[in-house]
Amino acid sequence: MLATETKIAGTTLHHATAALAEADRLMTVCNSCRYCEGLCAVFPAMEMRRSFADGDLNYLANLCHSCGACFYDCQFSPPHAFAVNVPKVLAQVRNESYARYAWPRALAPAFARNGVTIATVAALSVAVFLFGFMLSNDPGTLFSKQTGEGAFYRLMPHNAMALVFSAALLYTLVAMGMGLRAFWRDIGETRETLRVPDYNAQASRDALSLRYLDGGGAGCMNVDEKPTKDRRRLYHHLTFYGFMLCFASTSTATLYHYLLGREAPYPIWDLPVVLGTLGGIGLVIGPLGLLRAKADRDPILCEESGRGMEQAFILMLLALGVTGLALLVFRATPAMGTLLAIHLGAVFGFFLTMPYGKFVHGLYRYAALVRSAKERESLHEPSPSAARALAKTSPKAAS
Amino acid sequence: MIGGGNAALCAAISARREGASVLVLEASSAFWRGGNTRHTRNMRCAHDEATEILTGPYTEDEFFEDLLRVTKGKTDEVLARHMIHESKAMLTWIAEQGVRWQPSLGGTLSLGRTNSFFLGGGRAMLNALYATAERLGVEIRYEAEVTDLVIEDGMFISATMKDGEMVTAGALVAAAGGFESNITWLKQYWGEAADNFLIRGTGNNKGTILKLLLDKGVQEVGDPTQCHAVAIDARAPKYDGGIITRLDCVVFGIVVNKNAERFYDEGEDIWPKRYAIWGRLVAAQPDQIAYIIFDASSLKLFMPSLYPPIAAGTIPELACELGLDPDALRKTVNDFNAAVQPGTFDDKILDDCRTEGLSPPKTHWARRIEVAPFYAYPVRPGITFTYLGTRVNKEARMLMADGRPAANIFAAGEIMAGNVLGEGYAAGIGMTIGAVFGRIAGREAARNARN
Repeated sequence: MLATETKIAGTTLHHATAALAEADRLMTVCNSCRYCEGLCAVFPAMEMRRSFADGDLNYLANLCHSCGACFYDCQFSPPHAFAVNVPKVLAQVRNESYARYAWPRALAPAFARNGVTIATVAALSVAVFLFGFMLSNDPGTLFSKQTGEGAFYRLMPHNAMALVFSAALLYTLVAMGMGLRAFWRDIGETRETLRVPDYNAQASRDALSLRYLDGGGAGCMNVDEKPTKDRRRLYHHLTFYGFMLCFASTSTATLYHYLLGREAPYPIWDLPVVLGTLGGIGLVIGPLGLLRAKADRDPILCEESGRGMEQAFILMLLALGVTGLALLVFRATPAMGTLLAIHLGAVFGFFLTMPYGKFVHGLYRYAALVRSAKERESLHEPSPSAARALAKTSPKAAS
Repeated sequence: MIGGGNAALCAAISARREGASVLVLEASSAFWRGGNTRHTRNMRCAHDEATEILTGPYTEDEFFEDLLRVTKGKTDEVLARHMIHESKAMLTWIAEQGVRWQPSLGGTLSLGRTNSFFLGGGRAMLNALYATAERLGVEIRYEAEVTDLVIEDGMFISATMKDGEMVTAGALVAAAGGFESNITWLKQYWGEAADNFLIRGTGNNKGTILKLLLDKGVQEVGDPTQCHAVAIDARAPKYDGGIITRLDCVVFGIVVNKNAERFYDEGEDIWPKRYAIWGRLVAAQPDQIAYIIFDASSLKLFMPSLYPPIAAGTIPELACELGLDPDALRKTVNDFNAAVQPGTFDDKILDDCRTEGLSPPKTHWARRIEVAPFYAYPVRPGITFTYLGTRVNKEARMLMADGRPAANIFAAGEIMAGNVLGEGYAAGIGMTIGAVFGRIAGREAARNARN
């Protein structure tokens, strides 16, 4: 009569996708084990729950940094019959969640073949700028040497540039804001949580330091169980801070333009150029390192359906860095016009695709970290029964 | 070194650091390396004051008293005290070998006073030890099963590999685990009942090396029926179900056998002090099966486990689901409910909820089982590891049957745990035995080989 083969059922009967059902099964295994609770934020968040509905799993999946340590630390990872592969399954859930939260919904399919989508938009965007430059400028201006203040704006008026990019950025911000709203509702959080300064401060610290891309201090694992081989945290920092420096460069230049009336191109010692150069270098080395890390990643950890999206995003970032640096180096040559069109096209394409590509990982992960900060707050104050339990032998020691 | 778990790797690293050239023969493939260490989580070490990872002092004397209590005095005091003394240094030594202790997650909530937890668990610990051993130049061979040993007059000469290759060495450290996965061997002591045992850890601990050593004149230690055994979910796989099949709900309900009869006080003491007796209790029941019965009020009071409980709207229905006699189970539950005295339930202390006039009684946490739905977990004995082993001295050197120390044979870990554990268990002590005697065995083996 005794069922000797009972499937590990998971905690919730209905899930929207097979990946969510598998994630529920894994969290059932992990919640019975808890050995990984010191590795990152995911497992402590898991321990606060006994059942895992889709919203819970989407929260946990977006909290996961894919550091990989829990896979190699797990006694139940394949070839064990329990086949626990948390990084891979949570990556799958995470990638699916991006499409689920896309705004407008009609553009959710952009995530399905994301590599192609991004590449197409980027190529079109570059083409539009190139042709636009050709049509609006006579060949003499476009392919001749332009130097001195306002050189760029002889090819595209500053106001036109500002208008086009502000519009794109505004659209992107609205689309991502709607996505964030969908995520926040899905995981069951309230608006108030997102406004608490302490949670945001903690989430910012965690995000800016990539605290959870560190295997709990031992380092993360990408190639095998040896953390020393993984430099993803460094490359991610180079990419992220490179991007932010580039953003700072553009912002500074905009301020120069409107407040000081100083027009680009600026001398190489000037702040926008220094920031942009450093950022550009980060945006070249960082993405190259990340691409390398992706190539080196243990195949068993790889979530194949997300590959195109990840590659496309990294290549877009790399394109921003390379075209930006190329523009700096060749700005005093006849190639400047063409390079400016390509760079602006790349940036424009990047802006447009931000809500429909891997960029959103940062948004949802930050939001997940805010919730994690809120939940962790409760850990610091032992409940009366926990305080009492503390005085005795830890029951956890009974393993 | 024969074996590839905590004890073998501590021995390998320690011997290498003494300057020896070290070969580790691990019978399993790389993924399954380390036997039961993969399933461990913490280690019990003495310490005189609170540390970053331990909430308070745990003196050598207190450790020894705990050991005396759980073993009912069945321990080798000299060895036990030596191990406990050496365990103090283990907190730093093991960290120096690359193993990370889990820091506090929130305040001191996640920390214990007596036991230190490995960050990421036993497999993470093992990965760190292997990485260190490799870096130091220890040679490690996987799927390197030893099938015979040549021992002459207490002197190890060579080991024969499965493929016939002979391996010679100046000294041997046997750290190849117990024999719990060898059902045929278990049957020698348990009879057919052993067929119903589940093995919580590796399926590779067949006891081959232990048997070879005992057959070749090494002195035996420990009661062969003694082992660490807990009641685990009966639906768990035969081998390697690990920690996630354990059930922490005995104290919240009643436990009945296949005749729907209770057989032991479920509320005798707090669970961490009693969980390790239930394997033997269930092993003594007909067909080695039992059922933990509880109601909806208890469902969320204990750690979740792998399989969902079997649920039903009434006790007789639950009995049908379990294949028990519905009337018998109803009677047992009714008798129990009638015997429950009023009290204030508190699962963190020995509360005053008990039964009156019931045999066997439930002395704490007795609450009526009356809120539907009703739940059950089927349980079987889950064997963690066996205690029969090779006798050693303070140098972790094996003693031969005539009492003389072996010339160059040492042991560490489960294979000699019976020296310290005559019976019973205290959480995390298996890893203490492995690490402390592993370190000693490696050091002594290296010195022995050098001389």
